[in-house]
Amino acid sequence: MTRKRSPWLTGVVTLVYIFLYAPILVLIVFAFNSSRANVVFEGVVNQGPCGPFYWFCVLFRNQEVLAAARNTLTIAITSTLFSTTFGTMAALALQRYQFPAKTFSEVSLYIPIVIPEIVMGIGILVLFSALFRWLNAALGLTGDGRLSMGLGTVIVSHVAFSVPFVTLVVRARLHDFNRSIEEAALDLGATEWITFWRVTLPIIAPGVLAGGLLAFTLSLDDFVITFFTTGPGATTLPIYIYGLLRRIITPEVNALSTVWILIVLAALLISQRLQSRQA
Amino acid sequence: MTTLFSSLRHKDSQRGLLLISPTVLWMVGLLIIPLILVVITSFGRRSPDGAVIYTFTLDNYARLIGISRDLPCGDTPPPCFDDLYVTILWRSVTLAFQTTLLVILVGYPLAYYVARASDRRRNTLLFLILVPLWTNFVIRVYAWMMILRTQGVLNDLIGAIFDLFNLPFQPLEMLYTPGAVLVGMVYEFLPFMVLPMYTSLEKIDDRLFEAAADLGANAAKTFWRVTLPLSMPGVVAGTILVFIPVMGTFLVSDILGGRQVILVGNLIQRQFLDARNPAFGSAASIILMIMTLIITIFYTRKFGFGEEIVSA
Repeated sequence: MTRKRSPWLTGVVTLVYIFLYAPILVLIVFAFNSSRANVVFEGVVNQGPCGPFYWFCVLFRNQEVLAAARNTLTIAITSTLFSTTFGTMAALALQRYQFPAKTFSEVSLYIPIVIPEIVMGIGILVLFSALFRWLNAALGLTGDGRLSMGLGTVIVSHVAFSVPFVTLVVRARLHDFNRSIEEAALDLGATEWITFWRVTLPIIAPGVLAGGLLAFTLSLDDFVITFFTTGPGATTLPIYIYGLLRRIITPEVNALSTVWILIVLAALLISQRLQSRQA
Repeated sequence: MTTLFSSLRHKDSQRGLLLISPTVLWMVGLLIIPLILVVITSFGRRSPDGAVIYTFTLDNYARLIGISRDLPCGDTPPPCFDDLYVTILWRSVTLAFQTTLLVILVGYPLAYYVARASDRRRNTLLFLILVPLWTNFVIRVYAWMMILRTQGVLNDLIGAIFDLFNLPFQPLEMLYTPGAVLVGMVYEFLPFMVLPMYTSLEKIDDRLFEAAADLGANAAKTFWRVTLPLSMPGVVAGTILVFIPVMGTFLVSDILGGRQVILVGNLIQRQFLDARNPAFGSAASIILMIMTLIITIFYTRKFGFGEEIVSA
């Protein structure tokens, strides 16, 4: 149904969309800047074999960026696998079973939503630094053998803030689940284990997948928790960019941002395709 | 595996516990225990080498609320009132309120427009809100840094317009001002408000608008009496999703505010990483958490807890 819409509303909404996209446009345009200082746009760069894509070539040859990209992906993939598994299990438990401390479990899942991320971040920092100091002393570890913050601590922390979101998404899917299908499978002689893998999981799969995608994006995007839980050799892309912002900024950062935006765009387009196919 | 599961058959509670245990382990180990440690640390003292001496002192909290016992406040000798940290806390709260209010004002027309658009256009419009949302937080702050710099894009644009009318133009100092931080915050958190608002608005049955029109309500009256009340769950959920993170953010103020706009998030970050005083930083975190919780509880008491929080 189409309605008459006031030109005022259309005007305001157009301005809001400009507000949303102007910064992104600026980022992309400056990735082609010929000025290294990147404050004023001095013209399109045309240097080396890459021509206007000079800064992208610099980017893809930068070992620090590549290492940060690798770390970011390692963290996102590992933490997603864990948080999706745990979140799905938790959703099943909360939706289907009665057990002691159920209310406590449910309330604890809301903590990451109602507490500022920075408090969570410093809390985990305090925990790990105390734990490692104690372990290093207890086990007599010295020098390079000492336990310290790194990929492991970041992954463990990312699992902590993603699990509640996965649980929420999978629970929503379980809510509409028709359990008579499972009963039919059991009546036909399937074991509960087989029923879970062949009946339950395929039905809730879209929810699990959506939860997993959410966990993956949250991990990829995270700055605050990573900032407080990372260590030497575990720099992620957001942390790397933050480091650059406080020092010198060349158009390389813009090239990196542009690549990131393109990946986000592609990922969103694919997930929309998948969703519309499901519907 | 099969024997394990058949032995658990009909034992709901055991099975439930088994399924929930990794999650609870994580929540207790990485959220609850760390929070308790922060509380304990906040009562500690800084040792000369930047570590924490665990005692029970309220000094950190006293310092935060402005009681200076050792250092003079300007010309006044101690003990005296030093407003340094109170100012930072107050600035954080006011900025969070301003951001939330602005985000509602900017986001509502957008959410309304998208929710009332035709099915085909709605998906595209929604997609266009998601792209900036999923673009990295740090990258988005950087974009505003480029725009607001003295030699940045916005000054260039205004300069060009002034040139057109042959007016003299002095580039404006926009970066490192409270205004820059506010704009950055609104930009960062706008999608968090728009999405739950959209969910609420989209649910409203079209026939309600027709009924309102049939009963003689004009557009304004329909908005105030039908649209706005029915979209309140979305506004409430959005407010929670915006207000809480804004209160704790340090990145936006760090990059766009420099040393001019220090928020409680920056204070905490510096105590942990530069000043090496985790005890004082922990006390600031506890104050931040308490302020956030009090405001959130007060707010949800008044407006209810937003169901739409899940859909965002």
